[in-house]
Amino acid sequence: MEIFGTWVAAFLTLGIISFLYRDNPWYKVCESIFVGISAGYWFVTLFFDNILGLFWAGITREDPNYMLLVGAVLGVMMLLRLVPSIGWISRWPLSFVVGATAGFYLINYFSSNVMLQVSSTLLPLLSPGFGQPLFSSSLYDVVGNIIVAAGTFTGLVYFFFSKEHKGAFGHAAKIGIWTIMITFGASFGYTVMSRMSLLIGRMEFIFGNWLGMIR
Amino acid sequence: MMMRKDFLVYLAVLVVFLLLYFVIPKPVVFSTAVSSIIIGLIVLSLIFILIRTIRGKLVGRRTVFLFVGIAVVLPFFMTISQPIVLSPEVKLVYDSVSELKSGSRVLVSFDYDPASAPELQPMAESFFRLCLERDLKIIIMGLWPQGPQQAELALQIALQDPDVVKKNLQRGVDYVNLGFQTGNEFVIQRMGTSFKSMFPRDTRGVLYDSIPLLKDVSNFSNIDYSFNLSAGYPGTVEWVQVAVDRYGLKLGTGNTGVQATGMYPYLRAGQLKGLLGGLSGAAEFEKATNKIGQATFYMLPQSFSHIIVIIFIIIGNAAYFLGEKKKKKEQ
Repeated sequence: MEIFGTWVAAFLTLGIISFLYRDNPWYKVCESIFVGISAGYWFVTLFFDNILGLFWAGITREDPNYMLLVGAVLGVMMLLRLVPSIGWISRWPLSFVVGATAGFYLINYFSSNVMLQVSSTLLPLLSPGFGQPLFSSSLYDVVGNIIVAAGTFTGLVYFFFSKEHKGAFGHAAKIGIWTIMITFGASFGYTVMSRMSLLIGRMEFIFGNWLGMIR
Repeated sequence: MMMRKDFLVYLAVLVVFLLLYFVIPKPVVFSTAVSSIIIGLIVLSLIFILIRTIRGKLVGRRTVFLFVGIAVVLPFFMTISQPIVLSPEVKLVYDSVSELKSGSRVLVSFDYDPASAPELQPMAESFFRLCLERDLKIIIMGLWPQGPQQAELALQIALQDPDVVKKNLQRGVDYVNLGFQTGNEFVIQRMGTSFKSMFPRDTRGVLYDSIPLLKDVSNFSNIDYSFNLSAGYPGTVEWVQVAVDRYGLKLGTGNTGVQATGMYPYLRAGQLKGLLGGLSGAAEFEKATNKIGQATFYMLPQSFSHIIVIIFIIIGNAAYFLGEKKKKKEQ
């Protein structure tokens, strides 16, 4: 059975890779199988984990949690979108979700991605942190702090369009765009590594697990 | 006509693979001399492509795919090793785990699926092995449905390690898998007050209160270190925003390469206690733990394919600038 599974997986892997040559029926079959299985997997997982595992188990236990009914009712209201004449009802649960999520994220992002990031960008120049002795920082940290602060500032200057990018302001904007490009470059490098890793994983399966050619 | 040609191409590919399956002696290993000859041939062919490009004859995308394929596959058979240098962010994960006392509780969240396994699975295996060797108690969970299944696969490999086998570890006492829970970051939020409310049973159906390992674990304050393996949303960003910044959880993370650059600001701000970024991070962690695994093996194909990509970027730029020059001349 395991050998059969390996052959099926190899057939599907080669089918997906065949797209690199040209779109073809073999690729389309593999793609359809993937999409179908993914949809089925998600449906079964969410049904058993959410509806049975959380909702049904929650309201049928010894001390039922009736708050779950509120969520269930909101869920049913969301599905009313499928009935055009009363579809407007689905806006209520949607507004609840949007409002709750916005409130949740407002606090999280402001704290984690704004306040803490600002304080870790504007660090003391000659010491490792606030309240620590002066001149105790290494040269590496001093240079690093200057680059981070200057890079952030000039990056922001680049996105300031109320003043023409000329003179000293224009130079700062130029440094800003270079900083942004270096960041994109680093991100691109990591992305290449990530995508190559996936290809390496599949190739190891083909040449190792299936063909048995790798030690 | 085109359909027939395509069919013949696919048939040829299938025949080649069947030949490889049934005819080629296994395993295939290239000596250093053969590896050097192959590398030399690849370099020569790339120089040839560069010269052709300069002369105005561009290569098709399929040539690029072919070279990337060769760069990924051939290193599997080579006997060349590659030096791996430990970075501070990887060392931080290793040091954070090493500093924990025996019996400390580590929460590991598996927020990825099999698609990201080549990058994240080696990290999971090394991390589990390190924790189990140091007698740390592992609590596994997942915000992605297939995460806990990936955890089981990694756990089985870590449990087969000779240093771990002799410890005779038991499920429920030394490690537990709480499984998947839907709800994304709201699961993390709820876990801040009660683990049990989100995970009433483990993956084997054992009630939370009946699991010895979880006897004194009610929320994040009972966790000594946590490690998040993340491939997207929900993942490390949500763990930092909710568990770290709200509840003070000590968090290290292993990310796919795509995500890794976005995590460095959190690392600099001290919100993360260590980061394993992509396959190179996994290989570095294997080096730190002194147990060479799959990530180290994958690094040679990784480096080869990067070199090929860089060379094709140079070739592409050469074609672009020469094209521009030609346009100007024509004008």
